[in-house]
Amino acid sequence: MIFDTLSSFLGNEIIAGIIVACLPLFLVILPYAIAAVLAERKVSAYMQDRIGPNRTGFHGVLQPVADVVKLMLKEDIVASNVDKPLFNIAPLLVFTGSYAAFAAIPFTSIFIGTKLDLGLIYILAVSSFVVAGILMGGWSSNNKYSLIGAMRSAAQIISYEIPTFLVVVTIIIITGTTNLTVLSDYQTSYFWNWMILGGPSLGVVKFLLIPFMIVGFVIIYISTLAEVNRVPFDIPEAESELVAGFHTEYSGMKFAMFFLAEYANMFAVSALIATVFFGGYQSPFGYLGNLMGIKWLIPLEQLFWFSVKGLFFVFVQMWLRWTLPRLRVDQLMTVCWKYLIPFAFVNLLIVGLLVVL
Amino acid sequence: MALKTEEMVLNMGPQHPSTHGVLRLQVELDGELVIGVRPYVGYLHRCFEKHAEAMTYPQVIPYVDRLDYLTAMNNELSYVNACEKLMGIEVPERVQYIRVIMAELNRIASHLIALGTYGLDIGAFTPFLYCFIDRERILSLFEMTCGARMLYNYIWIGGLSHDLHPDFVRLTREFTQQFRPHIVSLNNLLSYNKIFIERTANVGVLPLDVAVNYGITGPMLRASGMEWDLRKNEPYAVYDRFDFDIPVGKGTVGTVGDCWDRYFVRVLEMEQSVNIIEQALNQLPEGDVFSAIPKRVKPPEGTIYARTENPKGELGFFIVSNGSVNPYRVKVRPPSFINLAVIDAISKGCLVADLIAILGSIDIVLGEVDR
Amino acid sequence: MKTPEEIFEILKAAFGDAIIELNTKSPFEKVIIADPLKVKDISLFLRDNEALDFDSLVVLSGVDDANGEKVEEEDGYKSIKGGTLSIFYHLESIALKHKLTLKVSVPRENGEAESVESVWRSADWQEREVFDLLGIKFLNHPDLRRILMPEDWEAGHPLRKDYRNPEFYQGMKVPY
Repeated sequence: MIFDTLSSFLGNEIIAGIIVACLPLFLVILPYAIAAVLAERKVSAYMQDRIGPNRTGFHGVLQPVADVVKLMLKEDIVASNVDKPLFNIAPLLVFTGSYAAFAAIPFTSIFIGTKLDLGLIYILAVSSFVVAGILMGGWSSNNKYSLIGAMRSAAQIISYEIPTFLVVVTIIIITGTTNLTVLSDYQTSYFWNWMILGGPSLGVVKFLLIPFMIVGFVIIYISTLAEVNRVPFDIPEAESELVAGFHTEYSGMKFAMFFLAEYANMFAVSALIATVFFGGYQSPFGYLGNLMGIKWLIPLEQLFWFSVKGLFFVFVQMWLRWTLPRLRVDQLMTVCWKYLIPFAFVNLLIVGLLVVL
Repeated sequence: MALKTEEMVLNMGPQHPSTHGVLRLQVELDGELVIGVRPYVGYLHRCFEKHAEAMTYPQVIPYVDRLDYLTAMNNELSYVNACEKLMGIEVPERVQYIRVIMAELNRIASHLIALGTYGLDIGAFTPFLYCFIDRERILSLFEMTCGARMLYNYIWIGGLSHDLHPDFVRLTREFTQQFRPHIVSLNNLLSYNKIFIERTANVGVLPLDVAVNYGITGPMLRASGMEWDLRKNEPYAVYDRFDFDIPVGKGTVGTVGDCWDRYFVRVLEMEQSVNIIEQALNQLPEGDVFSAIPKRVKPPEGTIYARTENPKGELGFFIVSNGSVNPYRVKVRPPSFINLAVIDAISKGCLVADLIAILGSIDIVLGEVDR
Repeated sequence: MKTPEEIFEILKAAFGDAIIELNTKSPFEKVIIADPLKVKDISLFLRDNEALDFDSLVVLSGVDDANGEKVEEEDGYKSIKGGTLSIFYHLESIALKHKLTLKVSVPRENGEAESVESVWRSADWQEREVFDLLGIKFLNHPDLRRILMPEDWEAGHPLRKDYRNPEFYQGMKVPY
């Protein structure tokens, strides 16, 4: 809808398209990434019984600014034996893969990057660019540690896409659509209409679906943790084993791209889970705008609720990072292939049966 | 058609976040499986034994501190024990009790670092900081006594360098009271965590006969099932007056002698150290700590080997004296050096991640490996 | 639980001339002196005999006896020629709770002793250290190379009493 208003305002669809494409980038992602860097450090600090950054600005609020300035001013070291084209493209691919997913995520009912009918599938597909980027980064660094890290990461991401997709297919079976805006609207207001609690239909089917929805939610949460390389699945960047895994040899702005792409990816998958299971931008209690009769308040409230849900899941991801130790590579693969995928399949079958009957 | 694969030699070089110092491990890998490990040591060799021949007996004590710099009190106790046996000095009871308290506090501090950094190696970042909170309290107790946080020069031949601070007993009692619940919370956070158990159980199993043949001592030997602690088997200082258990590895979550057992034996030892400290504080007699310090340390001719139980294992000093004020030869039996030699035998067929876990469970300090 | 005298009798009966004497000069421990080239057979006997059962080598130390002739060289530096180097083995039996000190003496120049690494694996690194710092060669050791000094250190064996630091090592000036 913003696209329509902008194009009629400017009279030029191309410029409107560019502005709409840049909006999520500048309004949402960059502030979020900057805030996430600070949040991670403060959250981790308070969990470890210490205070995080508190000298740069009030409670460390300017710390991300300091970080970004430092990374931009750092010397871009390129070792002599690296494969230069691959070395330079790798951060770009990882960055692109993470940020492109934001095009299809519905932030509010009137704004979405592109109106894709295949929104869900697009997000999962585009996130796979990251694998190519990581492999390139590890290979071209000419460093055994990076190579090991990159290979592990590729295996991990590819394996864990399968349970993610299976759970997403489960949702598609119930709702019959892959368009994320429609999916969010399907889970109309009030939290008992959310997918995690069986969806907006009435009747026995809704209550029967609840345990399977919860199982599906757990499976997809674990799988997406692995997709974004967070603990307990952060072997590709395992600090204590491989120094820094596939991004050992990167410094300066290229490292900043890997770094910010990781945070963006975290938010993208959190937003995905929030949309699919927890009602997307719908509020759990109804809208103040409806109550007070102010129509334009509703999209803002939706934006607020969406952010709250997405950020809550990001917070849980950070929480897990500072609590749990790391899984070993073969244990990680075991968890995926021997536990998550069979459970996801069985879940899918049962939900399919329930929907048909 | 089979693909030709070749083994990769990976250098976990002298600078690495997880090798606990400057240790170089040359690892032969077949994919992710470890076929052989060759440690290269000597990066921190500071010629301790040669220096000792040029100094007098009391002057060696600060150098002894710097062997295993995390357990300085225990190192001093071991060396001073050997010198006092050579000279035939009887130290007052108060001195013995204070030495025991300091040694046990240092044992807790050393084990806290071992456990914290072990969690860090496995990937759990938070237990490291929790352990360091308690270690900071212990270090401030030491600072109150002798002015130094890590390398003390406190235990002298025949006595101590300073008497206890008047507040020391009260503050140590406070520390022990608040430390016991911390061990429980550390267990809940790390020891019984399913992922941690998956990473460390059945990894790096050290059978008991291999351990004895390799000369392993300390928590590693106790984790393999043998109840052998020099504080009970050959008591020195006043350890025979205290009532404490010796934790032994029982293979609770895996096999006897795996990494989890070695880790858990250290947790249990911390608890026993707290018991010893409380008993020692209750029995602490009055007296003069400077009365038995000799004016000149000039032992008779002879050789002696005296040993004590260090947190890392059995630390012994073989001193050859030729009747002069300088020792003729001081040989250190370093527990970390001898424990490290077993890494090739127990890491065959494990993965690279397991190698890090095994190295962390051996708990070496390069200051002692290289001297 | 056996005393050093009893162990000395048993060993003398089994090995005859290879066991040289029981030295009681030091007031703190009694030392059995043996032949360096037979020390592996003696160790095997000590470990496998049920009455002795020495299953653990506690420490293996090298000592420079410096009992040779002091020769003054051109630049005033005194080197030692002739004389012996000694190796002390401290053994222990965990089951039978007795201890033993064994000593062998090798000539200073090109001294050789048998390696006991195949009897007690803990001797592996400790013998390498004695080789590195004192220069005693151990026969039949699987991997005898320097352990604490850099592997290409050519200036001798540092723990000897007449050791002198070289001027340069790999182009770097050594005296600080």
